[in-house]
Amino acid sequence: MTNPHILVEGVSVLFPLYHGNARSLKKTVMAAASGRLGQDRQRRVVVQALRDISFDLRGGDRLGLIGSNGAGKTTLLRTLAGIYEPVIGRVRVQGSLNALLDASLGMNLELTGRENIMLRGLYNGMPRPALPRLEQDVAEFAELGDFLDLPVRIYSAGMVVRLGFALATAIKPEILLMDEWILAGDAEFMDRAQHRLEAMVRGADILVLSSHNTGIVKEWCTRALWLDQGHLRLDGAPERVVDAYLGRAQEPAMVALAD
Amino acid sequence: MLTAATMDTAVTSEARNVVLELGGEPSFATRNRLAMRDVSDGARLLPLAWTLGWLDIRLRYRGSMLGPLWLTLSTGIMVGALGYLYAGIFHIDVHDYLPYLALSLVLWGFLASVVSESCTAFTESEGIVRAVRMPFFLFAARLLIRNVLVLAHNILVIAVVYLVFQVWPGWHALLALPGLLLWALDALALVLLLGTFCARFRDILPIVASIIQIAFFMTPVIWKPEQLGSGQRLLPLNPFFDLLEIVRAPLLGTAPGARIWIGAALCSFVLWGLAWSLFTRARGRIAFWI
Repeated sequence: MTNPHILVEGVSVLFPLYHGNARSLKKTVMAAASGRLGQDRQRRVVVQALRDISFDLRGGDRLGLIGSNGAGKTTLLRTLAGIYEPVIGRVRVQGSLNALLDASLGMNLELTGRENIMLRGLYNGMPRPALPRLEQDVAEFAELGDFLDLPVRIYSAGMVVRLGFALATAIKPEILLMDEWILAGDAEFMDRAQHRLEAMVRGADILVLSSHNTGIVKEWCTRALWLDQGHLRLDGAPERVVDAYLGRAQEPAMVALAD
Repeated sequence: MLTAATMDTAVTSEARNVVLELGGEPSFATRNRLAMRDVSDGARLLPLAWTLGWLDIRLRYRGSMLGPLWLTLSTGIMVGALGYLYAGIFHIDVHDYLPYLALSLVLWGFLASVVSESCTAFTESEGIVRAVRMPFFLFAARLLIRNVLVLAHNILVIAVVYLVFQVWPGWHALLALPGLLLWALDALALVLLLGTFCARFRDILPIVASIIQIAFFMTPVIWKPEQLGSGQRLLPLNPFFDLLEIVRAPLLGTAPGARIWIGAALCSFVLWGLAWSLFTRARGRIAFWI
């Protein structure tokens, strides 16, 4: 049994902007609007997605990340997941990890539901003998029936959501990193999904949840970080951080002045 | 802790354990260690690489009646058509030329598609790279497996041509095995090199594509080295020639000379050197570039 632990020390993440296509241009403009555009030593244009972030999480900690769009929440989750390696600062993550960052993770629309389930298991390093159990678990929850052997491309939107959710919640980690997409979904489905999600959240030793839903953060988390343009604005009890964040959000003029 | 038996909605599968230590301005030794760990983690995911490679092929031909046998059929038709055409143009006996052409085209097809697909090996997996930490070596293994499977389908064409024209390379054919092994190593290095490079610089892909096209005509694939006459002296300057020859010559029933082997080994050595120095430097940045 490992002792799950996350240590983040003075982490900054810079995004270089290389590709001069429309997508990058849009990002450039958006980043310029939020004042995060700068240049690095080699005079490349960079976006500072995270600036000097430090915190420490141990077993039992439930961390909520709040902040406006583009505040760096998803970048921080990706950094914790080991996808982005920071050049400045240090990240240490110990324990089994499941990162639910993207509803379509590894889902190939051309492949059948069954093939997608198998791939997800393999991506998570599961041995082949464990795959049938995963398949059964996902198939039962997603209620796809005969569609399981048809390409995901022809599924209805609701079926894709059910499959994505069932896959995401089928693998039990010690450290659970969750982006807010998982909380989105029609009410009827969420009712059914809630049980399963809460069981997974309870089962995890460490939770890091990024959400706009301050109610969920207050309810589920024991600690919250308010990220603002890559800075750590406030770190503390969820009630205090959420209230400060909401207070700020109601006075956008003040934010503009403060920056 | 909840178990699957006590609650029907309980999750049943365990995630794997990791210890990640990243960040700081890593020293060369750290970078090298992380790159080696990438390779060993990727090698451990071989079942996944196999599944991905196989699914890539299956997907290409899903819904078609012949499935992957289309690979065999289209190669066969091409070999047959080009064989009779060029035997006529070059005034060579078809019995002599067609087996040579079948073998050359199939082997060249492998080399060319490994080189050109290397460029997109990482960028085509963008969705995965940005969603979960995966060793990049996995994508190299996937590309190699995918191309070996294509090669395996095309070998049928060589077999049929050899049978029809009563060609038998003899025991020399076994000498192709070390050559094929070298090819596999080179393919993996190429992905680490070109995959990384092309993720950063998007102009490399069209450059590589045109180099491959030129190399096809400059390398003795559809023509024979003897036809060059005194120009044969220049062939060792073409790295593709030595690499092609270490596998082709044995399958034509002759042992490749020491110069060919040394040339091919040297190419592979340089390739791995370049690939490793780029990959160790840039591995941590690929996710940002994609």
